[in-house]
Amino acid sequence: MKRLTLILLKTLTWLACLGQFGLLVYEAVTNTLGPDPSSKIALSTGYAALLLLIVSLAITPLRRLSPRLSWLIKFRRLLGLFAFFYATLHLLTYVALYAGFDVNTMETDIAKRRFITMGVAAWLLLLPLAATSTNWAIRKLGGKRWNRLHKLVYVAAVCGVIHYWWQVKPGVLSPLMLTVVLGVLLLARPVLAWFQQRKACAA
Amino acid sequence: MLIGKPPDIPSSAITSKDRYLNRRRFLRGAVSGVVATGVAALGAERLAEVFSPRIGAMAGTKLETVKSPLTTTGEQLTSYDDITHYNNFYEFGVNKDEPAKNAGGLPIRPWTIRVDGKVKAPKTFDIDTLLKLRPLEDRVYRHRCVEAWSMVIPWVGYSLSEFIKLCDPLPSAKYVQFLSYYDKHVEKWSLDQAISWPYSEGLRMDEAMHPLALLTFGLYGEVLPNQDGAPVRIVVPWKYGFKSAKSIVGVRFLDKVPPTTWNDQAPSEYGFYSNVNPNVDHPRWSQKTERRIGLPFYAQRRTTLMFNGYADQVASLYTGMDLKRNY
Repeated sequence: MKRLTLILLKTLTWLACLGQFGLLVYEAVTNTLGPDPSSKIALSTGYAALLLLIVSLAITPLRRLSPRLSWLIKFRRLLGLFAFFYATLHLLTYVALYAGFDVNTMETDIAKRRFITMGVAAWLLLLPLAATSTNWAIRKLGGKRWNRLHKLVYVAAVCGVIHYWWQVKPGVLSPLMLTVVLGVLLLARPVLAWFQQRKACAA
Repeated sequence: MLIGKPPDIPSSAITSKDRYLNRRRFLRGAVSGVVATGVAALGAERLAEVFSPRIGAMAGTKLETVKSPLTTTGEQLTSYDDITHYNNFYEFGVNKDEPAKNAGGLPIRPWTIRVDGKVKAPKTFDIDTLLKLRPLEDRVYRHRCVEAWSMVIPWVGYSLSEFIKLCDPLPSAKYVQFLSYYDKHVEKWSLDQAISWPYSEGLRMDEAMHPLALLTFGLYGEVLPNQDGAPVRIVVPWKYGFKSAKSIVGVRFLDKVPPTTWNDQAPSEYGFYSNVNPNVDHPRWSQKTERRIGLPFYAQRRTTLMFNGYADQVASLYTGMDLKRNY
């Protein structure tokens, strides 16, 4: 891939990922967040985090489909870090606008409310991944260990989706779409591996 | 000489009584016809809006109202725009902005309420009869949703007890159930959820007979927009919002607790009573505070009041009851 194309695509990815944040800032400044601004901020940052996390998980299976797609790897870290960025905004929204910075409230919530417990767990799982996302950290850890550590992203994504299901009312099926997509992406890995193994044996 | 004198106006030129009584509708039709022709160029969607406006044709019609001593004072009203564009009406979609877009097809005329169960005789009431039954009162109430957001809404209606008296319930009637309109063709969004329809809610008889329980026809002095539960709904201001069933077509008197939608869906989250109570948490969030709709994000949080601030009037309904168990 040409350097110029890469720069262009990276710029577009940055803009797309920052879009939701820019919109929220604009709406907050102009007081156009809608009737329930707190919930608008909480829901849109949470959704963006989960969506970006799932998009970042699509990179590997897509690359396996064809060697011509191998350049996609250059976008995975960017997507993953933006997922962490939105997850952090989501957490801060909870801390500031829902718990009102009250430690007791947060303790009770984390101990008693499983959807909050699950959300905090998902964020905590993402934290070491974001911290070890630099080239220096990859070198320091060594590719193998780094890879093993970053397998945690699957657990984090599953926790995030469970957090979503536990947050909506029983009977509401809005998390279904993201759940199905995540399911397909997670299943795609063993399925693709099996196909490739068969091809290798036949050859 | 009167005999044989021809009338001044030939009968063929007299406007029929029916037409005369409907002259406004005729005018509106004629005007919208002209307007429709005018805007046809603007596209089919705009045209469709003229012929079947998304917000029911009656919404916005002024109602004649009187003052009420039961109105809540000292609160800033939530804007009309927020009250009509932030709705939980799952038959028209789960997102708050969906009912305003989707409820246009609710057929608000003709409309009747069927009354049956433990009554002297089953009856059917027409909406236009109900509108004239008692003077319509302006009643500002706080509205607290179980999801921990709140509004202040100027409803229009009269006490539900006035209507219940006309239903002639038998002494064996201990509970009353409200059934909402349901048609999966009109409310196709309802099929996106694993919820059994129609929406059902209920009250104990003494709760339903409390003067604060309101049979509601309007808000801000006008006919209810469809997304707010047109043409007639229940409002029970000391309970979480979902107890206040919308677009009522059936009222059933029973000797036992009626099945109610959210209680059936998740009994640990939504009790039959569902009185606003800051001391009993929802399993998924605290009910100690609430977010007031329409304020900036940094100013929304406020303390939730026992019985939503109506404790002086309604607490006596629950004396001796364990409100932690009967949430």
